[in-house]
Order: sequence, then C-alpha cells, then structure tokens
Amino acid sequence: MRYTTPEIRRIYRRRQMANRFHLFMSVFGMGFGLFWLTWILWTLLSNGFEALSWSLLTHPTPSPGGEGGLANAILGSIMMSGLATLIGTPVGVLAGTYLAEYGRRGWLAPTTRFINDILLSAPSIVLGLFVYTVYVAHAHHFSGIAGALSLSLIVVPVVVRTTDDMLRLVPDSLREAAIALGAPRWKMVVMVSYRSAKSGIATGVLLAVARISGETAPLLFTALNNQFTTWNINEPMANLPVVIFQFAMSPYDDWHRLAWGGAILVTFSVLAINVLARLLFRQKSF
Amino acid sequence: MNPIPTQPAERAPVPAGQARGSGYLADRLFEWMTRIFALLVLFTLLAILASLVVTSAPSLKAFGFSFLWSEDWDPVQDKYGALIPVYGTLVSSFVALLIAVPISFGIAVFLTEMSPPWLKRPLGTAIELLAAIPSIIYGMWGLFSFAPIFSRTLQPFLIQTLGKIPFAGQLFQGPPLGIGLLTASIILAIMVIPFISSVMRDVFELVPVVLKESAYGLGATTWEVVWRVVLPYTRAGVVGGIMLGLGRALGETMAVTFVIGNTQHLSPSLLAPGNSIASSLANEFAEAVGDLYTSALIELGLLLFIITTIVLAMAKLMLLRMGQREGTRS
Repeated sequence: MRYTTPEIRRIYRRRQMANRFHLFMSVFGMGFGLFWLTWILWTLLSNGFEALSWSLLTHPTPSPGGEGGLANAILGSIMMSGLATLIGTPVGVLAGTYLAEYGRRGWLAPTTRFINDILLSAPSIVLGLFVYTVYVAHAHHFSGIAGALSLSLIVVPVVVRTTDDMLRLVPDSLREAAIALGAPRWKMVVMVSYRSAKSGIATGVLLAVARISGETAPLLFTALNNQFTTWNINEPMANLPVVIFQFAMSPYDDWHRLAWGGAILVTFSVLAINVLARLLFRQKSF
Repeated sequence: MNPIPTQPAERAPVPAGQARGSGYLADRLFEWMTRIFALLVLFTLLAILASLVVTSAPSLKAFGFSFLWSEDWDPVQDKYGALIPVYGTLVSSFVALLIAVPISFGIAVFLTEMSPPWLKRPLGTAIELLAAIPSIIYGMWGLFSFAPIFSRTLQPFLIQTLGKIPFAGQLFQGPPLGIGLLTASIILAIMVIPFISSVMRDVFELVPVVLKESAYGLGATTWEVVWRVVLPYTRAGVVGGIMLGLGRALGETMAVTFVIGNTQHLSPSLLAPGNSIASSLANEFAEAVGDLYTSALIELGLLLFIITTIVLAMAKLMLLRMGQREGTRS
C-alpha cells in the first residue's frame, strides 16, 4: 500500500497503544471501586455476623463488661427517623409541588431549586450545629426532638428534589386534560400530578429515610445519647449511629462487638431500603 | 385573529371568590401553602448562616480575622485558631480529589463507552451503593480494617520511596501510624467516587450520538472519542461533578473523625495525624465548656458552611451551564 510509510504505522501503533492503555485504566477504575465495596461489606460481615443475636434486639446498652444489646438505640433510631420523616415529607412534597407546578415563571422557583441543591449536599454536622443553636441552646437540654429536627433538615431537600423531578416528568397533556374538564388547579395537582408521580415521590421519601438512618454527625449534639430505654422524645435519646461511634471508639472488646453488630444492622437496613426504593421506582416510572 | 365572540362581551364582572365556585379559594390556599414551604426551604440557608454568625459572635469579637491563621487551640487558656482544622479539611479533601477524579472518570468511561449493556445497570448500582453506606461504617472499617493493613504495607513503601525525594518527600515522612491525613484522604476518595462518577456518567450520556459517530467514522479510537469529543463537550458538567464531590468531601464528618488522628498539630507530612473542621466539632462540641470555647467551635462550623456553600454553588452553576447547552433540559 502506498500510504503505509513507517511513520504512519508508528503513529497508528501509538494511538492503538494509548487507546488500550486508557481503556485498561478505565476497567481498573471500575475494579477499584468494586474492590472497596467488597472489602467494606466483607469486613462488616466477618466482624458483625457473630455479634448478631437475639439479645441485640431485646436488651439495652450495657456498661463495659456487662451483658446487653442495642434495644434502646434501635428504638431511638426508629423513633427519631420516623419523626424526622413525618416532619420532612409534607414540607418537602409541598415545596417540591410549588417548584414543579406553580413556579414555572418568576425567580422564586429557580432560586429555591438552587438553594435546595446546596442544602442537599450541605455538611450534616452543620445542620446539627444549627439545631443546637436555635433549639438545644434555648431548651437547655439535649432531646430526641432536636435529633429528629436535625434529621428532618436532611429529609426536606431530598424530598423536594425528587418531588420536583418526578412532577416535572408528568406530561402536561395530563394536566391540560384535567383543567379542561373544569377541575380546579389544586384538584388537578392532587388527583392527577400526585397520582402519576406517586411511586417517584415514594422513592424519594425512602431514599431520604435510608440517608438519615445512618447519619451520625447531626445527632452528636442534638439527641446525644442515653444509657437507658426511653419513650420520652423530650429526653436525650440513644440512637444506633452515636452508640456505634461511642462503642467503636472505646477500649472495651465487648463494646466493639456490639458496635459491629449495630454497624451490620444499620448498613443492611440502609442498603435494603435503597434496593427497595430502586425496585419501586423501576416498577412504575415514566 | 378571529374576532368571533365565544361568550357575550357584556357579561357582568364576577365577584372574586363567590361566583367562581368553591374551587377558587381552595386554589389560592393551596398555591400559597406550597409557596410558603418553598420560601421556608429558601430561607433555611439564610437561617443557618444567621444563627451561626450570631452564636459565634464572642469568638468573632475576641479573635477577629486572626482566627483564620492562628495555630492555637487551647481550651485551658481560651485561645483558639482555625489554621490546623482548616488545613486538615482542605488538604484531605484535595488529596481525596486527586485520587477520586481519575478513578471516577474511568468508571464513567467504562459505564458509558465500554460496558456491555447487560452489565451497565448492576455495575452502576454497585458503585452507587458505595454512596449508600453510612459514613460511620467507613470510619469503623477505616480504623479497624484499613488502617492496620495500610500501616503495614503501603505506608512503609511510601516512606521508603516517595519519602526519599527532596522537598516533595516531606509529604511522606514520619512513622507509619496507619491513621492520619492520607488515610482520611483515601477513605474520602472512596466516599466521593460514586458522586463524581454518577454526575460524569450522566453528562457523558448527554453527548449527541452523532458527534461520537462522526469521530468514529473518521477513524478515531475509543479513547480519542472520549478525550477529544466527549470531554470537551461535557467540560462544564465534569467540573461541576468534581466540585460536588469536593463539597461532599469537605463536610464529611464521621469517616474522617475515626481515622484522621484528631491532634492539634501542624505537620508537613501527609502521614501525620491532623484534624479537620468537622472532626473537631464531632469530638469536642458536646463536651465544650465556656462561651468562648463553644463559640469558637461554632465559628469553625460557620467557616465550613461558607466554604462548602461556595463550592456547591459553583458546582451547581457549572451543571446548570451544562444543562443550558443541552437546551430543553433544565
């Protein structure tokens, strides 16, 4: 062939090599990511599995050397996450509704969307600090309510974002059809938009629950911790993440074991909620 | 323009809220309710900023700007400065990005250009699960599993090789403790990889297929298509994704608290233990006594909030620019 001089062949080979090298690096990157995932899950399983027992769920946290479980922490976590979801979901859904349904013109919706995205990634420890300064410092005591409030500050942006996204996926022809039938706008939103975006919004709420179930930082100086089982949300409240933190940092072996047990509980419930959310979303989405 | 009247022009004006039916009032109410909650979200950011400024006033007054570059952190003498935690936060996040960006890029390229379709979803999900693992789990794993292995294998190697280089070698000197800035950076890198790679993957998928096909048609290799076509087209989005990862890394608390060492000591070495803003808060805030101590910690939180807000705002602006280029998507 006329055009294959050594020069051209060399360039061609170099391009081939560069291509292979970079594609190999890209496969390596993928493997790198998966490697850590497996290592972390393996560590959890190998350390946490033996710590799993029935008493983990039925007994409150022990003093060092004592027998016990994590019952009070599990209860506290469920109560605070539940309350945070109850506070955060309506706020998030309504704000998201404004962004998607009413805020099509004007500055308010784009600005709020922008700020919301910043809040979505804001450091959670600062949210805890915020609740401390506006609530705990005035109430003069740590409490489950403060913990739930700081968690709800994490729920709201997640729910706003998914509600907004999901409502904007609802075709306008559906809205127009409802309006043309003479439905007032709120009825259109509730009966048509919400109904078609239902599974998407539920996914958002589930993802928010998953996210707060493992959050530690905002609870450190809002809910603090409690050695004893309490149903009173106005007292300091034990919760899994903070107990894990405290026990893992302690020098006692039996506390470490409980910490691993708690870690496995938290991680697998979070992962399960995540997978559930994905399945729910895949089942019925646009 | 068709002037056929559809209803009598002389129709009497309707009194508001009466003849328009019961739907009208409910409509106004619903709209205002949603608007109020949107405003609530909007003002949360300002409220956080305001409350932190107000409560950190004693420290702002006592130390002024010298808070930023003072090395002191002495609860006994009530002298506080932010240099060490700010240094630790910035350095650990920066090093984390150095590791995470190329890896995330590789993952995004793999998922968009190389992976067979049936593998895309499971692999993408697996990487996203990395983001779902709570940060306290990263911390425990880092302290009990990663740090011991790191101090036995990679750290001595780094000290032996990179530590010998003049000047830059200072970054890799000291005893292999296992915990320290570099350990925190590596764990942060793993934690932000899913965020960066998912943004990169999303923006890579926005590249019009025609563009890529024309490049392939000219005989470009896959890598050349990625580097010369996909990347220039998505530059704003990629930078946005990286900034998003940076924002996450700066504010990460628990994972860092476990492995950074929590010492108020400034060392040129990345292997030495240090401190970060978030880990100072996590360790000291609940036990801080005295107004000045508390307000100095809150001022640290304020600094962190300002830094992350700026970084995240820039990330968002970059991504918006990317979205505008796409046209219809916002």
